[in-house]
Amino acid sequence: MISPWMYWMVALVFIQQEALAGEKTDPALVPSIFSPESAPAHAVSHLAGFVLWITGVIFVVVAGLLVYAVLRFRRRANDDGTEPAQIYGSGLVEGAWTTVPFLIVLVLTLATARVIHEVQDARKPAAALDVQVIGHQWWWEIRYPKLGIVTANELHVPVSQSSDRLPTFLELRSADVVHSFWVPRLAGKTDLIPNKVNSMWIEPERTGLFLGQCAKYCGTQHAKMLLRVYVDTREDFDRWVKEQQELAENNPSAAAGRLVFERTACINCHAVNGTVGNGRFGPDLTHLMSRATLGSGALMNSAGGLRAWIKSPERFKPGVLMPAMNLNDGDLDKLVAYLTTLK
Amino acid sequence: MSPAIRTGDVGGTLPLVSKAETEKSFFDSIHSWLVTVDHKKLGLMYIMYGLFFLLIAGIEATLMRIQLAFPNNHFLSPQFFNQLFTVHGTTMVFFVGMPLVFGFANYLVPLMIGARDLAFPRLNAFGFWLSALGGVLLYFSFIGGEGMAGAGSAPDIGWFAYAPLTGKAFSKGHSTDYWILGLMVSGFGSIATAANVFTTILCMRCRGMTLSKMPLLAWLNLVMSGMVLLAVSPLTAAQIMLLLDRFAGSHFFDTQAGGSATLWMHFFWIFGHPEVYILIIPAFAFASEIIPVFSRKAIFGYPAMVGATVAIGFVSVSVWAHHMFTIGMTSASNTFFAISTMMVGIPTGIKIFNWLGTMWGGKLRFDTPMLFCIAFLFQFLIAGLTGIMLGAAPFNWQLNDSYFVVAHFHFTLVGGFLTMIFAAVYYWFPKATGRRFSETLGKWHFWLFVLGFHMTFDTMHIPGILGMPRRIYTYEAGRGWGVLNLIVTLGVLFQAIGILIFVFNLLRSARKGPPAGNDPWDAWTLEWATSSPPPEFNFAEIPTVKSRRPLWDIKHPTDPDWKYE
Repeated sequence: MISPWMYWMVALVFIQQEALAGEKTDPALVPSIFSPESAPAHAVSHLAGFVLWITGVIFVVVAGLLVYAVLRFRRRANDDGTEPAQIYGSGLVEGAWTTVPFLIVLVLTLATARVIHEVQDARKPAAALDVQVIGHQWWWEIRYPKLGIVTANELHVPVSQSSDRLPTFLELRSADVVHSFWVPRLAGKTDLIPNKVNSMWIEPERTGLFLGQCAKYCGTQHAKMLLRVYVDTREDFDRWVKEQQELAENNPSAAAGRLVFERTACINCHAVNGTVGNGRFGPDLTHLMSRATLGSGALMNSAGGLRAWIKSPERFKPGVLMPAMNLNDGDLDKLVAYLTTLK
Repeated sequence: MSPAIRTGDVGGTLPLVSKAETEKSFFDSIHSWLVTVDHKKLGLMYIMYGLFFLLIAGIEATLMRIQLAFPNNHFLSPQFFNQLFTVHGTTMVFFVGMPLVFGFANYLVPLMIGARDLAFPRLNAFGFWLSALGGVLLYFSFIGGEGMAGAGSAPDIGWFAYAPLTGKAFSKGHSTDYWILGLMVSGFGSIATAANVFTTILCMRCRGMTLSKMPLLAWLNLVMSGMVLLAVSPLTAAQIMLLLDRFAGSHFFDTQAGGSATLWMHFFWIFGHPEVYILIIPAFAFASEIIPVFSRKAIFGYPAMVGATVAIGFVSVSVWAHHMFTIGMTSASNTFFAISTMMVGIPTGIKIFNWLGTMWGGKLRFDTPMLFCIAFLFQFLIAGLTGIMLGAAPFNWQLNDSYFVVAHFHFTLVGGFLTMIFAAVYYWFPKATGRRFSETLGKWHFWLFVLGFHMTFDTMHIPGILGMPRRIYTYEAGRGWGVLNLIVTLGVLFQAIGILIFVFNLLRSARKGPPAGNDPWDAWTLEWATSSPPPEFNFAEIPTVKSRRPLWDIKHPTDPDWKYE
């Protein structure tokens, strides 16, 4: 008998082992909750495996009884038309099938309580990295208060080694509606709720890119509130921090574009450190070109992408709160030339 | 027929007036439905209303599935997609689920407890028309309301409408107001009808029918209507508070002025979780009536079934925050709600085992209603087990708001509730219309629907496990979700054909089906003692019963139930 459990397992193995036909899937980028790479995600995945085993056994037993009853007790062709023996119940049998589920529930709740405690009540090591994540409609503001860094949509954290643990603790807030921070391979999700400060932690044990996205419906562009977490080696992370802490490069060749930036509505929402732009409604652009994507993952970041995005954000992200800037082609070229210097 | 039960046959056929005088014009007949206070007509109107909205919400679901069949698809705009899932969810719960629940309660409860009508027939009509108005208000928003900035009309806030997205700052225009008013008005209707059903079951039972001799369907509807009174009231209160926020400048949920977003979540889920049981308990009720008849055996463990239902009713009001494991509650709260949630598994398990016990040693007849019951047992088992996975709070941190959850609750509501609604419609169709439906078409409906259902909803668990959140209008390629979503969408096709066959079968059989007779299934409860369709007064003489299966006693005078109960 094919149970959904077997079907799920076969499908999961299939997807994680091989790229799907017609869709080039890099298995490392599939955000599966069953390929954890961080301590809290491991804890959840272990519990999940245990729960799947128990429920799988229950399924096989009960569905087996059902199939057996359907086959064994079907009315036969040569039925004599009499009614079968009427049985109204049995204290013994009913007692048994009350007690056994009770014991199963007891075991499951104990295992669950243990993991809740392990993940939620984990002590924060003194060395832990602090990061604030603030949800906006429809992008992520990311701040490193002790390092003086403000960025957006792409979180950089250092890898944690067993000999030298370095978890990252996230403080989660929202500027408008409820959002949810979810990077499945690193940890379960936690909501970002206005007027409430939440926290969660990750402790990635492998470098690389981990994908996630907003998991709580937050309005029109909930779907394009994507999230990237880069887990860097210690050296790479330190280098990234150093670059981010610098002011924006003041490249004389882009002065005309900088003037466009400073004299149009851009600065109402966007900040670039070292310029008059200090708007906080949209993402900080100080090191815009250090990020791989634009519009919280709506499109890839490049000079061409930037130009198209500024011309019409609506084209890539319908409903986005950034308006089309209606710049003439000359100003647009200058502005893009300036923005591409913000490395 | 024995003197213990007198059927209503005589009532409808006394030749006192000529045929011409009894024949009504089209408008007279419409008028008689509009002003009726008869529980059977109101019940049928509730059911037809629910089935009509089932088709509407099914079309909405189909549109969404087409959009999600491929990554980066542009079939629907994000605004329209968001409206669709909001209206689909709201419609399915409030204008499909609730009307079907109350429709069957209306039609069946008085017949099964030997009463002439509900306790308050005019309140009953009032409740129906209020609920009907609620649905009209919701759909009027498509033309009458304007949503979030640039989002056209119709509410796009999700069916659980989390604050502060519903505030004036984020949902301009009036579509959210139509959503609030539609639910509030239909909520008043639900409360009225629940009070009515509750009172009827407690006060209107025929002679001899003590609480312990009621059919299980009556018991389960008693628990269900009690839960409606408990659950719908906080929702109505929250809707009033939200209206005050939007129009009178209060700040209950207005986080920009110090209000609380989590307060709304608590209000909504203290309604929302019992609501799931409000829908599924009537499904249990149908299973508890249909499975015995087609197994040819009395229900196994009646007292345990009643006890388990009451236990579910109690536990269901202490599990609501398992929808909120990710909002940052303390570890103690999370543990409490994980435990209370898993405890629901115990009474639910008892029920499944008792149905299996009823089938055990029987002579199973696989008519269409029974086929749906067997599918229900299988599907509800899976829904319960994925529910346990979601109840394990840390597992829930991963699965919450993913497609796994969508698959889970569709297993409950489509694989459980709707499957039993099909069973119930087929089972009581001959009673309500006096005609038999086509068994062949019924079986086509069954197999197509079950095939499509499993294609769609078994598969849908996996994108959730692979990190796909719900309520996204599109998704990136290269995440391993594409092929799975295509399979999910293809399953919809089979379900849709199944549903169309169902509708065709009902419409055709209601006019052209062969006569059914009073008791086509050889069943045992009181509704089968009267004529099909029953006369307005149900029973010519109020029956007297001695056991839970009065018709069994009559059919087997040498071996009656009351000797053993």
